[in-house]
Amino acid sequence: MAKTGKNILSISQLSIGYGSKTVANNINFDLGAGMLCGVVGVNGIGKSTLLRTLGGFQPKLSGDILLNGKPLEKYSSSAQSKELSVVLTEQPASKNLTVQELIALGRQPYTNWLGTLTKEDKQQIQASLDAFLLNELRHSKCHELSDGQLQRVLVARAMAQDTSLILLDEPTTHLDLYHKVQILKMLQELAHNKQKTILFTTHEIELAIQLCDRILILDGKDHPFGDPCQLIEQKHFDQLFPSEMVQFDGKTGSFKVNK
Amino acid sequence: MKGSRTYRISFVLLVLALLCSWLLNISSGSVNIPFTEIISTLFGASPEKTSWEYIIWNYRVPKAFTSILVGAGLSLSGLLMQTLFRNPLAGPFVLGISSGASLGAALLLMGVSLFTGYTSFSFLADISLAIAASIGSFLVLLIVLIVAQRVKDSMALLIIGLMFGSITSAIVSVLAYFSSAENLQRFIFWSFGSVGNLSVSQIFLMGSIVALGVLLSILSIKSLNAFLLGENYAQSLGVSLKKSRLTIIIATGLLAGGITAFAGPIAFVGLAVPHLTRQVFDTMEHKVLIPAVMLYGAILMLLCDTLAQLPNSASVLPINAITSLVGAPVVIWLLVRKRKMMF
Repeated sequence: MAKTGKNILSISQLSIGYGSKTVANNINFDLGAGMLCGVVGVNGIGKSTLLRTLGGFQPKLSGDILLNGKPLEKYSSSAQSKELSVVLTEQPASKNLTVQELIALGRQPYTNWLGTLTKEDKQQIQASLDAFLLNELRHSKCHELSDGQLQRVLVARAMAQDTSLILLDEPTTHLDLYHKVQILKMLQELAHNKQKTILFTTHEIELAIQLCDRILILDGKDHPFGDPCQLIEQKHFDQLFPSEMVQFDGKTGSFKVNK
Repeated sequence: MKGSRTYRISFVLLVLALLCSWLLNISSGSVNIPFTEIISTLFGASPEKTSWEYIIWNYRVPKAFTSILVGAGLSLSGLLMQTLFRNPLAGPFVLGISSGASLGAALLLMGVSLFTGYTSFSFLADISLAIAASIGSFLVLLIVLIVAQRVKDSMALLIIGLMFGSITSAIVSVLAYFSSAENLQRFIFWSFGSVGNLSVSQIFLMGSIVALGVLLSILSIKSLNAFLLGENYAQSLGVSLKKSRLTIIIATGLLAGGITAFAGPIAFVGLAVPHLTRQVFDTMEHKVLIPAVMLYGAILMLLCDTLAQLPNSASVLPINAITSLVGAPVVIWLLVRKRKMMF
């Protein structure tokens, strides 16, 4: 851990929402390099809004977002594209792109006005293809891929963008358990091996507890943040859902349905 | 990387095909001129009859050159619109851009003279026709773009485009009702579409407008590629959405509007050619697609014009009818064969 002490993403007193409608406020957390962080919470609590705000797609209402120590809104769009990449829930507009073409688009922030790929760009693309086991699919069209494969391609594109922070909006939806674990494992490796800071929203709380270095719980009040074990000990998961329906078992780190 | 090098052979073949269709186009016409005479005339020799030389240099060569400009420009505008609207069925004709140009032209040809009694065939009138048609297409393009941002459904967008077409034709028919026979005739002939009646100065003006449109498209190559992922992804890649969207719109408006102003509304070339191109050039990289689409468009337009010019007869069919007869079945075939047209 070379960069301990230096925060990649630093959030304080953040309020998010649309215009006069506040979705969530008083969000505070810090993320260092190489950390995998899951954002959990019930539907409609503001997970996607938080991600859209951090990605610069919508303005924050108040508070501070520091990316590498600099306020997010001070970044020009081209400077931001070298520090922050995203994986959104929306599908790519053109599914006629090949896997390799799509990943190569991740190099746009670094290429010249014509988008010519240099040797370094090609190495990055190859590294992304390798990391997400996409070598055999490189010439396949996106419409030929399964949901799990396409998700891997989209994450590989974000990796090729080579940013210190990667934001992902629900990367595990529509996937079966195996592919959910696969994508999260790959994210964990990317965070730990390449020292990328990765923040993703998810409904897979049990998987997040096992794989994440940090978890942010959006609960509409004080938004607890910390190490998963710590959060379990402090019983923060217990109040996540109405207790008459599901209950959290701190020993196994899983939810049980009340019969 | 699958770069332009992979497609070198295809490009060489396309250029050869363009040359062949150009020669075919020049060698067919109302007057039968032997092929060898045409070749020697093109290389500077004098043919048997001086009238032939006149026909070749003053009628057929400019007409072929116009066809190339029209085909290449309209196809490129279709490609730009399909990427910008993320819609495989977008094209200057379908989205009402050509109707907008028609409205601009109609307002000038019939409306202005209706109120002021002004009629003129001068070079100034050519420019004003180009400007009127371009403004008309820009306006429709802007409205469609605003609507496109609210309506995500691509079918709704196409229906809105069709509605624009209806509104335009309604206004045009009101204008036509009150217009003098002479002005009405001018407009009707314009709306048939023609690549044959342009003077050298008109071709030069249209060529400049097309060149500007092509230049803006080349400058937009990188953002066009980013738009393939969708606007949010493009923004996250550092593309300035407003700036690049505006550049692409201006390029499309110049291409579709400028060409429609001089050659009339020519249907289906803009929609069909990008899809035909993708059958051979299996890539989404605009660096490859832009030149490929322009070559395809030029070839198709030359062939359509050759068909329109019935061999050895004085009659010339409206080019708009020919492109529709060729283009519409192509679109239907693509839809049936590929089920879902992709861009």
